[in-house]
Amino acid sequence: MEALVTQIQGLSGTASDVLSLQNLLKQADDSLHAESTRLPPFLDQLDPSKHSLGYLYFLEACTAGPVTQEQASSFLLTIARFISSCVAEQIRLAPDKFICVCKRFKDQVLLLEEPLRGVAPMLTAIRKLQLSSEHLTALHPEFLLLCLLSKCYKTALSILEEDIFEVDQPRDLFLFCYYGGMISIGQKQFRKALELLHNVVTAPMSTVNAIAVEAFKKYILVSLIHHGQFPTNLPKYASSGAQRNLKNLCQPYVELASSYSNGKIADLETYVEANKDKFESDNNLGLVKQAVSSMYKRNIQRLTQTYLTLSLQDIANRVQLNSPKEAEMHVLQMIKDGEIYATINQKDGMVRFLEDPEQYKTCEMIERIDSSIQRLMTVSKKLNVMDELMSCDPLYLAKAGRERQRFDFDDFDNVPQRYNI
Amino acid sequence: MDGEDDISNPHMEEMCANGIGGVEDAPSSSTSTTERKNRPIISGEQLDIEAYTGLYSGRTKITRLIFIANHCDSTSMQLEALRIAYDELKKGENTQLFREVVQKIDGRLGPNYSMDAAWCATVDGKAEQKKEKLESELNAYRTNLIKESIRMGYNDFGDFYYAHGALGDAFKSYARTRDYCTTSKHIIQMCLSAILVSIEMCQFTHVTSYVSKAEQTPEALDPPTTSKLHCAAGLAHLEAKKYKLAARKFLEVGPELGNSYSEVIAPQDVATYGGLCALASFDRTELKNKVIDNINFRNFLELVPEVRELINDFYSSHYASCLEYLGNLKSNLMLDIHIHDHVETLYDQIRSKALIQYTHPFVSVDMRMMADAFKTSVAGLEKELESLIAENQIQARIDSHNKILYARHADQRNATFQRVLQTGNEFDLDVRAMLLRANLLKHEYNLRASRKI
Repeated sequence: MEALVTQIQGLSGTASDVLSLQNLLKQADDSLHAESTRLPPFLDQLDPSKHSLGYLYFLEACTAGPVTQEQASSFLLTIARFISSCVAEQIRLAPDKFICVCKRFKDQVLLLEEPLRGVAPMLTAIRKLQLSSEHLTALHPEFLLLCLLSKCYKTALSILEEDIFEVDQPRDLFLFCYYGGMISIGQKQFRKALELLHNVVTAPMSTVNAIAVEAFKKYILVSLIHHGQFPTNLPKYASSGAQRNLKNLCQPYVELASSYSNGKIADLETYVEANKDKFESDNNLGLVKQAVSSMYKRNIQRLTQTYLTLSLQDIANRVQLNSPKEAEMHVLQMIKDGEIYATINQKDGMVRFLEDPEQYKTCEMIERIDSSIQRLMTVSKKLNVMDELMSCDPLYLAKAGRERQRFDFDDFDNVPQRYNI
Repeated sequence: MDGEDDISNPHMEEMCANGIGGVEDAPSSSTSTTERKNRPIISGEQLDIEAYTGLYSGRTKITRLIFIANHCDSTSMQLEALRIAYDELKKGENTQLFREVVQKIDGRLGPNYSMDAAWCATVDGKAEQKKEKLESELNAYRTNLIKESIRMGYNDFGDFYYAHGALGDAFKSYARTRDYCTTSKHIIQMCLSAILVSIEMCQFTHVTSYVSKAEQTPEALDPPTTSKLHCAAGLAHLEAKKYKLAARKFLEVGPELGNSYSEVIAPQDVATYGGLCALASFDRTELKNKVIDNINFRNFLELVPEVRELINDFYSSHYASCLEYLGNLKSNLMLDIHIHDHVETLYDQIRSKALIQYTHPFVSVDMRMMADAFKTSVAGLEKELESLIAENQIQARIDSHNKILYARHADQRNATFQRVLQTGNEFDLDVRAMLLRANLLKHEYNLRASRKI
């Protein structure tokens, strides 16, 4: 053991040394695991900021076995300190071990029921493990889970803002998008939630999984709240399994959506009452209630298309509210949220609907359009790059070459002979 | 309020003179047929059944009478219709319809109009004999393979079945003559017979196909036949709810039609159907060119002066009187077999068009004056306008407090900017999602590939 420690201390200097160190550590891994109980004192001899890789191996072996209650909080401190001070390049050499350690960290935190303690360390861990900001690691969903449980949604937002393009494991993506959707709903950013849930529901999957089913239920509700409608069919690029089965598995929600589209609030409310238990068991009752109240908003918005001024009594009648007072409250809320532009004349009990005052003439607007154009150009370039990469991929060429039609001799070109089967 | 349109129609005075003159000539109780044709028969007054059915002949007369008996409210009209039907049926050979009519009469018209079983038996017996004769003749012709005789044999069969009410067999027989038609006249004859039977059977898809078949042999088409074909096509479109096409077909019918197609349609019907469909589906220019300035159609409109009046009122924006004429005509139109289930739709369309046309030239409209012009209440008018605005047929907004309708023209510039930003967002979302999915697929593919290896 001591020999190993000295080797770690010696070989953690340059990159080549670290590589040889890694080989040594891999060979010594089993013996480390065998001696897991004896290891904690050795940890003090190693410095996490210089000997990250060695420390990691030791740490992983230490936490492998069952951990007692007293050991738990001291371990938490050790791991947290390690995460904050470790060197990113060294850990990336052994990503599995790192992920393993962090997952155990999360389990401990949950056992102690203090998810808040895990949030900041996990965030640092992600940043260190990520190859680029577009990379999704296995730690992302764990981090979001901790944020959800500790209810600190704002920290999660920074992670959610990034665009994800590289994924290690599809399961990570599903969980990440699902939790991300829930966090966005909590922050009332329904557009972002819709985007994330849409990704889960339309992701390629050979068989429908439970995450997709739950995500679909929330997707329907968020779609109703944000757009006021739910498209009955999933887009064509969704997997065939999803297209066929998701709707059957989420029957009450689909019916809720069709009841919503009929536009009668009373029917919607009776339906919700009747199926309250099902919604509650899925923990979606709050969202369902939000969907119902969004219907009032949708109806009032429709009124702005037809009327210039309307009395509060009329609004209450048309939107099926109980009294002009309620109508006034709804309209007031909508004006505050920026969903409609109107003025309320309390003396006459009239509401005057105004046009959207945005004239698209300000500097801010020009900046917004400009930045939008820039972003789209970057995304477009990325798409082109990916397309070129794909066209050079030998597997793709083999498949495409086989299926090509040949009409005359001149068509026998580009694809090399070897691939023409 | 801004000024109202007042288009003075120079033709109106001329037509008014003709129409009114015609009305005042005829006495109220009509005995002679010429006088009957001068008096407007489809009008706002209660339908004169005898005059109405005098326009038709053949099977359609009886079906129309039965329809009127089934759908009218007053018993006197019902009995009148059934009585005339009974008399007509006695002259023919259709015992099935006869039994039906007798059942409907139910002895209410006295002993003269009860079940005449003897007559039925005689007619049926004669029918059997005739059928056997026709069959043997037909077989003889078939063995001799004389095309013309076979064709005439099937034709006679068709006529026989038609007279006895077996419409399906009649149609089949007429269809069989197709193989033996040698000249285009034969083809036309076959088409016309098939069309007649199809109309009676209410299978209007056949009507359309046979009309197009007939129109493909232009050599034998004389003007009366072309008019008949136009009428048939118009009826088919009407049934299919294609009001614009129906209107165009009816408007092409020439005056040569006269009374030659009384087994199907009367010139009054052509005017009514064509006028109403045109009003419901044409825009102003088309209405002026094809209906009001159409000299041929003017002759037809003479026969139904109320329809003529209402078209002119609509064109010159006298909406109240136009809608009044429509209301008066409604009860009689509901007794017509072809148009009765389209009356509501056509009326709604005409009313919507009137509302839209009224608001079109103005920047702001006082809803109280508009309600007066349309003879409704302000609240009712507000509801109608609301539904039209929601369907985007009127671009306006209602000021419910002051009861004024303000025209609203969408700001193109703002709308464009909004659309641009929105499209940009959607593109961004879609491409990012696409890249993500591609990545997942690549990962899955690699996984599968590595597993295979």
